[in-house]
Amino acid sequence: MSRPTSSRRSPFWALSVAILRGFLRDKASVFFAVIFPLMFLVLFGGLFSSQDQSKVDMIQVGSVPLIEQLPEGAKEAFEDTFEVTRSDDLDEALEQVRKGDADVALEQRGDEVVAHYTQTEQVKAAVTQGTLRAFVDGTNVAVSGSPPKFSLVTEQVEDDSLTTIQFVTPGLLGWAIAMSAAFGAAATLQGWRQSKLLRRLQLAPVGTGTVVAARITVTLAVALVQFALFIGLGAVAFGLQLSGSWWMALPLIIVGTLCFMALGLFAGAVATTVEGAVNLANFLVLPMAFLSGSFFPLDAAPTWLQRFSDILPLKHLNEGMLDVMVRGQGPGAAVVPLLILAAFALVITALAAKLFRWETT
Amino acid sequence: MTTAIHVTGLTKRYGDLVAVDDVSLDVAEGEFVGVLGPNGAGKTTLLEMVEGLRRPDAGVVEVLGEPVWPRNPRLQPRIGVQLQASSFFERLTAREQIRTFASLYGVGQATADEWLERVGLTDKAETRVEDLSGGQAQRLSIACALVHDPELVFLDEPTAALDPQARRNLWDLLSSINDSGRTVVLTTHYMDEAEVLCDRVAVMDHGRILQFDTPAALVRGLDAPARIRVAPGSLTAEQATAIPGVAETREDVDGVVLVTRDPAGVIGALAAGNHLDGVTVQTGTLEDVFLSLTGREYRA
Repeated sequence: MSRPTSSRRSPFWALSVAILRGFLRDKASVFFAVIFPLMFLVLFGGLFSSQDQSKVDMIQVGSVPLIEQLPEGAKEAFEDTFEVTRSDDLDEALEQVRKGDADVALEQRGDEVVAHYTQTEQVKAAVTQGTLRAFVDGTNVAVSGSPPKFSLVTEQVEDDSLTTIQFVTPGLLGWAIAMSAAFGAAATLQGWRQSKLLRRLQLAPVGTGTVVAARITVTLAVALVQFALFIGLGAVAFGLQLSGSWWMALPLIIVGTLCFMALGLFAGAVATTVEGAVNLANFLVLPMAFLSGSFFPLDAAPTWLQRFSDILPLKHLNEGMLDVMVRGQGPGAAVVPLLILAAFALVITALAAKLFRWETT
Repeated sequence: MTTAIHVTGLTKRYGDLVAVDDVSLDVAEGEFVGVLGPNGAGKTTLLEMVEGLRRPDAGVVEVLGEPVWPRNPRLQPRIGVQLQASSFFERLTAREQIRTFASLYGVGQATADEWLERVGLTDKAETRVEDLSGGQAQRLSIACALVHDPELVFLDEPTAALDPQARRNLWDLLSSINDSGRTVVLTTHYMDEAEVLCDRVAVMDHGRILQFDTPAALVRGLDAPARIRVAPGSLTAEQATAIPGVAETREDVDGVVLVTRDPAGVIGALAAGNHLDGVTVQTGTLEDVFLSLTGREYRA
């Protein structure tokens, strides 16, 4: 009945297009897979990126020769740290410090420099004490006339460009990929089972492999688009800079996607409704994202929590991407995370296959 | 005639429940066969075993000369299936839907569009499947089952959940799909549907096929009385009871009903007495067949 003039598509292509259309037309899916994580990127990258310590507000009461007579280089350093306003009324200055409008009031009584500070801003209090002591010591050395014996040179280990956006992008990307892969697989399996489309496809002359390959292809395509959007937005809006072997993030994303699709299949196999499947996937992915350092670094977390996070696949995806995308590690840094993610994918797929049912009964 | 479906001793159990109990039947090529029974009779389980979706606990199924289990790739292009639910890809339009199914069977898109027209959905081509009415969705689902021009097609309750008007509209389409000699197997729990559409009807209850014959033969084999209704005022209940062969008489506002096992003789007597005004004769229906086979009222 088919005619040679009629255009024909391969089953794989037809299935992929059908699945992709179904995804793109589902506004909620697109929102949660693409827009929602990007909102987090804007939030973390934009609002929380001003990690540079804001200056310490200092009120200089009367004349403070120590500061006024600083040599050129030291004066510059001083002004980097302190925002100085002048006042002649000590009581009023102290009142301002007490109320938190200023961080420190500074006066000089003869050879004594007196700093009045408040402990409510502990970091600024420490900065104030340390910095002023350094200036006093420096001035003491200078007036003694002998050259300083020791000197301190500080060098940052990371690339100079390291900012918050560098840290949050890989973690949030990992969460976004995990979420869309798991939700997509869970909803597809459950939805197709409910509508008996799984059965219907079982009776069509297409192999299970073709159906699975089409589903994986669409999810991978979505993951790569997520990657491009994250990198693009991060670079354009927040100055994200990728380090040398960033391209090793691609295999990590591919294996990570498979791993979280397997998790979604597991959720889809266990649950009995589409909503239940998506909720279960969410229940698995969201806490995992918190515990895997997607939203905040785990460095400050207790040791037991860091050890626990090792059994979470997302942690390895995040760490692998951090290493190759921003920490400047070589391509080899991705190998161990890749192997771990692949192992997770195999184990979870096997589990999902064991629980798989053709129909909800 | 060659055999399209050959089933012997087919049995399927779910725990203690015997869903299909030792069923045997043969369907010839080109036949339009109905499997009729109430919900839970085992129709869908039987159909799904014949389609090759379920593994029977016992028995043999051969379709178009091929075994159906395990999944038989030689058979799939030759059979078409419509499952009980609307098995569609989510959020595709009617046209995208049938074109996708066409591609799964290596059929071109123009053929898919022709089927859309044949089931009267051309003006709904750009409508998403979720927005189709029940009848439209069933039409699309039938078109998707037929798009690769299969020799044998299975339709599982194609008119379920439709209002009576939509159901009757679908009958025209259904009765046309075996015009070209295609074999059709349909399950239904509507007696009238089976009677109108099917060459032969298998009456099924509690997993067993009680009888498998043409609707006429099933009714004929039924030793049920005919009901002859005469218009009001034409004759009284007493006169009616006096006619030889009348077993029972009932009178209501619509006239008098004469129940008899000798309709020919009674009508002769009515003609002789010039009482034929507005006479209707109602013989047995599949409902009666079901009642006599199972001893209980038919409830879909």
